Amino acid sequence: MYDIIVVGGGHAGCEAAYAASKMGKKTLLITANIQNIADMPCNPSIGGTAKGIVVREIDALGGIMGKVADKSLLQIKMLNSKKGPAVRSLRAQADKKVYPQKMLEVLQANKNLEIKEAMVEDLIIEDKKIKGVILASKEEILGTCVILTTGTYLKAQILVGSEKTPGGPHGEKESKNLSDNLRNLGFEIQRLKTGTPPRIDKNSVDLTKLEEEKGDDRYYTFSFDDAPVYDIDKQESCYLVYTNSKTHEIINNNLEKSSMYGGYVEGVGPRYCPSIEDKIVRFKDKERHQLFFEPETILNDEWYLQGFSTSMPRDVQIEMVHSLRGFENAKILKNAYAIEYDAINPLQLKNSLETKVIENLFTAGQINGTSGYEEAACQGLMAGINAVLKIDNKKPLVLKRNEAYIGVLIDDLVTKGTKEPYRLLTSRAEYRLILRGDNADLRLRKYGYEVGLINEEQYQRLITKETAIKELTNKLLTTNLKINEETKNIFTKAGLEIPSRSESLAKLLKRPEINIDFLKSFLEMDYSPLVLEQVEIAIKYEGYIEKTNKEVEKLLALESKQIPEDIDYNLVRNLASEARSKLMAIRPATIAQATRISGVNPADIAVLTVYLKKEYGKNE
Amino acid sequence: MSDTICAISTALGVGAISIIRLSGPKSIEIVNKIFKGKDLTKVNSHTIHYGFITYEDKIIDEVLVMIMKAPKTYTLEDIVEINCHGSLATVQKILEILLTLGCRLAEGGEFTKRAFLNGRIDLVQAEAVSDLISSTTEASRNLSLKGLTGKLSAIIKELRKDILDVLANIAVNIDYPEYEDAEEITLELLKEKNSKILGKLKDILKTAKDGKIIKDGINVAIVGRPNVGKSSLLNKLIEENKAIVTDIAGTTRDIVEGSITIEGIKFNFIDTAGIRNTQDKVEQIGVIKSKEMINEVDLIICVLNGLEKLTKEDKEILEYIEEKKRIIFVNKNDQKLEIDIKDKDVVYGNTIELSGIDALKEKMIEEFHLNKINTQDFTYVSNARQIALLRQCQKILENIEEQISIQTPVDMLEIDLKKVYDLLGEITGETYKDELLDELFKNFCLGK
Repeated sequence: MYDIIVVGGGHAGCEAAYAASKMGKKTLLITANIQNIADMPCNPSIGGTAKGIVVREIDALGGIMGKVADKSLLQIKMLNSKKGPAVRSLRAQADKKVYPQKMLEVLQANKNLEIKEAMVEDLIIEDKKIKGVILASKEEILGTCVILTTGTYLKAQILVGSEKTPGGPHGEKESKNLSDNLRNLGFEIQRLKTGTPPRIDKNSVDLTKLEEEKGDDRYYTFSFDDAPVYDIDKQESCYLVYTNSKTHEIINNNLEKSSMYGGYVEGVGPRYCPSIEDKIVRFKDKERHQLFFEPETILNDEWYLQGFSTSMPRDVQIEMVHSLRGFENAKILKNAYAIEYDAINPLQLKNSLETKVIENLFTAGQINGTSGYEEAACQGLMAGINAVLKIDNKKPLVLKRNEAYIGVLIDDLVTKGTKEPYRLLTSRAEYRLILRGDNADLRLRKYGYEVGLINEEQYQRLITKETAIKELTNKLLTTNLKINEETKNIFTKAGLEIPSRSESLAKLLKRPEINIDFLKSFLEMDYSPLVLEQVEIAIKYEGYIEKTNKEVEKLLALESKQIPEDIDYNLVRNLASEARSKLMAIRPATIAQATRISGVNPADIAVLTVYLKKEYGKNE
Repeated sequence: MSDTICAISTALGVGAISIIRLSGPKSIEIVNKIFKGKDLTKVNSHTIHYGFITYEDKIIDEVLVMIMKAPKTYTLEDIVEINCHGSLATVQKILEILLTLGCRLAEGGEFTKRAFLNGRIDLVQAEAVSDLISSTTEASRNLSLKGLTGKLSAIIKELRKDILDVLANIAVNIDYPEYEDAEEITLELLKEKNSKILGKLKDILKTAKDGKIIKDGINVAIVGRPNVGKSSLLNKLIEENKAIVTDIAGTTRDIVEGSITIEGIKFNFIDTAGIRNTQDKVEQIGVIKSKEMINEVDLIICVLNGLEKLTKEDKEILEYIEEKKRIIFVNKNDQKLEIDIKDKDVVYGNTIELSGIDALKEKMIEEFHLNKINTQDFTYVSNARQIALLRQCQKILENIEEQISIQTPVDMLEIDLKKVYDLLGEITGETYKDELLDELFKNFCLGK
């Protein structure tokens, strides 16, 4: 008998199993192949725009993705470094062989966690409550909570041209019956599709004909706790290459042979991640498309051709690859393929990621309709935490849209659902100015500490940082610049205009040409760069941060209005029929969530508010 | 309830007095900001106060303000009622100011809803409240849909599309920084795009003026030295149209002397005392008054005596009205003209033979491009809510301009631009949230 059973050892499963066991629960992680734990079947990178911030959030809460990525990176970059602080995000090329090893080490170090190789084919349910799982071998394993993180494995099917082969990414066996069993339990099952580009032998490509893309020349880590362990000068390079008219001609001539255009695909693919044939069909005028050639691991020469995802048959893929400059003699080691799989409708989830259909059953990752390692990992972490809290009879940890990208993602999923694999984007976060990578610890560590994933030492570091930030901010607000010969000289030397009158250093810092390091000439600032960064951002962008905070206030007022779980929407008079049916299906937890449902209008919200006051007002 | 709401609570266009009602924690504070009279934050509850609504140093209206403090009010919140005397346009102007100062326009039935939520109305009445909310929102929805069909809605939609393109482009720059498929929106480029958007918005706001013109007419002042023929010109203009000349004596307020309608547009003639340099105290007041008037009206007809060369006073008058919309009418062209005026926009005529009167009327229409206004097509911005929202947009866009000059990152300005997009959506009633993502994926080629 286990407290928690996690089904699936991908990025969601690893975080869920780690969190549950670390929080003291007896946990079992079931995976088809222990060697494929935390596998990266698609791009060899962790992070990216918005996603890099999620990795930091995971770390702030006490998850492990960031720390494992830090230990296995080949190259790291701060994306959008020339833009505003809110949109900067880390992306690392992570070693596909090293990452799973490091992950396994972290998991195995956990005494509450057991890992077992098996396929789960059915669930044990009593009274709409989960009791355990049934393996393909018919063995029954009992557990209080079950977290499904099955990735693309539900009825997975690999497509290459007109060929359809049942199975997962690495020739693993697919889960044949689980999705049918879920359907029988009352879950709505949808079919999704994604794809991956070919892998190519690096030695068969003339890299001198490609443009080199190096890593950043300063050190970064995802984790708030660890120092960098890589060598800045020994980062691997990526390369830029373009498609050309010949590539496009080949694709156009063979369109009907692709799984997609040949009509072999049932699943819905993501718009943000189109195959190369999609791009060429949809954007006919484009003369060329960018591709990135990226190392997957230092242990072999299998490289990834980002941007070249396709479902063409093998012979056409060879022709396509050979048409690229520098790839004339390229050897394809693994063909590109599309993969179709089953997912549940995330509208059937609570914002704790527990399903509304079966109590104590949680789901996370691609089974919920998302795409991406980071999206999966953060859901796994939240499902793990909330399963433990459920067992302990505590309120779930639900991050709000103004607290974390994780909150945005889960709220989007359970409120709007998704018809395509969901990817996080910066533009999905309306309060992104306060959801930055640099302040993830300040936003979320306290929650990690409360649930027991952040230890006392880590927490104390946070408190120290917060105190330093307050102290420095105060100093800058209260210290005025004295204008005398000495200070004038400092400005002249730096080629800056001398201020016409004495003002606070904080005011001075608001000027675009002045940074916090410059102020060191006027005030002793013995603080870590991270503290300086926080203070600088807070002061420089005070106006915009304030605007965001005002919007947040409005949100929080609505978030505080809970909708009772047992509400009967049929009794609410005057709801528009579309609003009624949406509310009944989604069952929002708060008025704020209700306002985000498309088809629910302000008048419906007003009517609902009045009804709540009437029926439940006394309990307020 | 955290915010303060306001609405015109008398039926529009009916009755001489209109009441604007505010409810919420900041009602008194906000009205006090624009009230010239007693300090309203210090007066007793349930009292009435006389004074003026002023904004940006201009008197908007003479009003009575009623202060009712929580909890003994309809909504159980602080309530302020402003009794306005001015025209519909004035009331809307005041409402607009209140919205700018942080009030939110009340939704249909919202005062009653607040009364209920705050516990004033008992539970039995709850269903009625809910009925009221849904019926009034339905009614206003119909109303605003009606008010927004056709041109204006199309123009705003087009403007939103322009903004959406920029937003989607910026979003692509942020989310796919390494893709060169999308042009990078730099500050320079944003400046260019922002100023185009701002220009279009101002054009729309200009129609707000047209909307007002259609509703309330154009106020015209006829000015000039005494005895140049102002009165006879006015009489001829009015006579021609068989309009009734109203003459209310004994008041010092501006009075409409009479109105005429030219091609469906109403012109209201405002009485002004003759402008003249004078040492006489009583007359001086009249002069100041008419100078004020000149600032208020929409059009000035300056009458000059064609038989004389321009006098010092004429020149001063002309100089004074230089910035205004004006038509110069040189009178007495039935005799030999001596006048030495070089202005292009001059209409010659006389009130004896009625010559030049038609030319003058043509000119009046021309001045307002009234031939371009289709009076049958009420698709102009004309309600206070729409105008307030548009003004808000204008302010934000102007702020973006400023921020660009101090190098604020584009991704922050995007937040402002998004706000403009949302506000315009409130006008057209389009609140679909995922447009941006749709646009992003439609127009840009992205992916792995």
